[in-house]
Amino acid sequence: MSTTNLVQDMKVIVFQIKDKEYAIPVDKVSGIEKLLHITRVPKAVQLVKGVINLRGVITPIIDLRVRFGLEELEYNDSTRIIVVILDDMEVGLIVDSANDVLDIPVDSIEPQPEVVGHSASEYISGVAKIEKRLLVLINLEKALSLEVNENMRKEG
Amino acid sequence: MDMNQYLEVFIEESKEHLQTCSEQLLVLEKNPEDLSIVNEIFRSAHTLKGMSVTMGYEDLANLTHKMENVLDAIRNSQIILTPELFDVIFLAVDDLEAIVMSIAEGGDGKRDVKNVVYQLQLIEKGESPVFSSIAETAAASTVHEKEEVTSGEYDEFELTVLQQSKEQGFDSYEISIDLREDCLLKAARVFMVYEVLEKSCEVIKSNPPVELLEEEQFDRKFTFTVVTKESSEELHKKIMKISEVEKVGINTLNLDDLRHTANAKEEKKAAVDNQAQERNALLLSENKETKKQAPVKPASSKTIRVNIERLDILMNLFEELVIDRGRLDQISSDLDNQELHETVERMSRITSDLQTIVLNIRMVPVETVFNRFPKMVRQLARDLNKKVDLEIIGAETELDRTVIDEIGDPLVHLLRNAMDHGIETPEERLAKGKNEEGKILLKAYHSGNHVFIEIDDDGAGINKDLVLNKAFSNGILTKEAAATLTDKQIYELIFASGFSTAETISAVSGRGVGLDVVKNTIESLGGSVTIDSKENEGSIFLIQLPLTLSIISVMLVEIQKEKYAIPLSSIIETAIIKKEDIMNAHNQQVIDFRGKVLPLLFLKEIFEVPVHQEKEGFLSVVIVRKGDKLAGLVVDSFIGQLEIVLKSLGNYLTSAFAISGATILGDGQVALIIDCNTLIH
Repeated sequence: MSTTNLVQDMKVIVFQIKDKEYAIPVDKVSGIEKLLHITRVPKAVQLVKGVINLRGVITPIIDLRVRFGLEELEYNDSTRIIVVILDDMEVGLIVDSANDVLDIPVDSIEPQPEVVGHSASEYISGVAKIEKRLLVLINLEKALSLEVNENMRKEG
Repeated sequence: MDMNQYLEVFIEESKEHLQTCSEQLLVLEKNPEDLSIVNEIFRSAHTLKGMSVTMGYEDLANLTHKMENVLDAIRNSQIILTPELFDVIFLAVDDLEAIVMSIAEGGDGKRDVKNVVYQLQLIEKGESPVFSSIAETAAASTVHEKEEVTSGEYDEFELTVLQQSKEQGFDSYEISIDLREDCLLKAARVFMVYEVLEKSCEVIKSNPPVELLEEEQFDRKFTFTVVTKESSEELHKKIMKISEVEKVGINTLNLDDLRHTANAKEEKKAAVDNQAQERNALLLSENKETKKQAPVKPASSKTIRVNIERLDILMNLFEELVIDRGRLDQISSDLDNQELHETVERMSRITSDLQTIVLNIRMVPVETVFNRFPKMVRQLARDLNKKVDLEIIGAETELDRTVIDEIGDPLVHLLRNAMDHGIETPEERLAKGKNEEGKILLKAYHSGNHVFIEIDDDGAGINKDLVLNKAFSNGILTKEAAATLTDKQIYELIFASGFSTAETISAVSGRGVGLDVVKNTIESLGGSVTIDSKENEGSIFLIQLPLTLSIISVMLVEIQKEKYAIPLSSIIETAIIKKEDIMNAHNQQVIDFRGKVLPLLFLKEIFEVPVHQEKEGFLSVVIVRKGDKLAGLVVDSFIGQLEIVLKSLGNYLTSAFAISGATILGDGQVALIIDCNTLIH
């Protein structure tokens, strides 16, 4: 990317799922919410948990644990919804907890090594190492795509 | 100068002026004697011309100019009004509309208007030499008037000032100044000229007026009238020193001449007024009835234009407020504090007032749709060689913006249908002993939570046998089924797809697609359409529409722990049935409901609702319909009826099964709205 050469630091929102830390660029995030009442949408794919009322706007919610092929967890006090903007759509991501806002040097980001048979890898755009922490950068376009998921369902 | 910022205003105002033109033309066609209407049209055309010149749309300006000439001649009784003449003027208005539309769509406003311009010119010249003496003098003075425009006109006050200064030994000059063509800051140059003149003279008049000069609304030439003691040569030299001034012309004013022309004009005006008054008096006595019916000119109201998106935002914010109010209510009753109670209650009252206003803001009078019909009907009547009078009642009735946007096409279709199939030719009408001119009544009115639009013609009505025969031959109906149909049900057949009773297919209607589309469009808006008809007396099409699409009435139901909303428009009734009454037919659970077999749909299973506990004994059933098919939706319990704000699920979840949208309930939770049409097959 040509822009990465110009920008030295990238501001990211850091959140946790299971025991890993993930990151999304802050300019893609429109807000972090505590868990609100989720209304289930019948016959939607498993990924889509339902919709919430986000200040008067009906916003769909997806569970990143499902996306990454992890077991689902009961929601608790630290569960957060990170609302991201993609192509004018607002979508909420359910994460275990949201920890931090960090500036990470762009040159610390490395592409994700090819790992065969790991379902989470295709939703990842890179990995950043900051001191002793390892941050996984999420590729939002892929992570939010419903089509891939449906194809997977058909194959399965 | 960058005109883009004015473009939107220009387009809106042009549309309004064109609308006035066509409306008034229609009125004029009915009362050709009323010259005050011509004045009205003239004014609109004139403003339009001015605006288009300023904005630099030449074709628009050119065409309006020619139209103005013709109107001016009509005004001065030089041209006699004929239907052909009206055709040409309507054609011109059509062209103007087309140009404005193309500008609105981002075009350059260019259009080949030669033909219409040529025709207008023909009319303008085509005056016969034999004219009454009054008309001739009027014509003569108009020409005179036009010459005067360049040298400016003076009112009584200005003349007195000139007179007095002359008596005190001042000279009066009229200084006309031409700026260079490439002059950039015209207003600044004008100001410099003004400053120079002010040092030695008194400026008593400018042409164009000062405001226009400040706004640079003039071409290159402007005129100042001054009184001064300086000689004209001195003034000339001084002004020529200013850069970018191309030419300065100084005329000494002759007061006697000015007085003379002013008086002449007054007289002429008086004569024309007299004439008009006489005509009006004549008209009044002759035609009192038509006068009475002449529509009262609507009082102009103060309005501003607001982007619809902003209204949506306002609506969203307001909904949040309502939800928070609900919570506040809850908190206040928990805390039991008198002061808090009172404040919350006052807030509740204010928010409900606010709700009425917010909803009303989105309402638009149906006039915005209706006002294009008179011209369309007139044109169509001429095409079909029929005589039709369209009467519109209740154009001020208000509907939600979203409904208004959709209702235009179905109405056009129904009107065309009424004119093509309903109203007979003048000969047929006379033979039937009816008035030669057919009548179509377009009526809109409020009733309850609905708006009704009625299209009522006094034409041939619907021929039942013809409809039945057509239905048989098109395979829509069997002869056995026909025997049980009521008259109304037979009329409804014309809404079936693939149906057309017109014996010859015309360009207007009768392709057999259409009426079914009309019905579908109206039903998709949550409305309905019914027909009543009497042979040889006419037909009535009655359209029922909801006031708004953004707020609908629903029945809220509970299925286990989930809440769903079912639109009241598709509910027939609700019932509670015993489990033992359920029967099985072809793997489908059904009940016997008022003698009909009613299939049951268990929403719990269809929506895969997580089950927490089973209910015993009785089932709550909502009976819904799609067209004439019925089905019973089994739910756990009814919560009640309420008005909700319809919201979309957004772009991310595009294909939710059997869900048409969502709404936010008082407690802030989201409830999904069930789409009954996809549930019933």
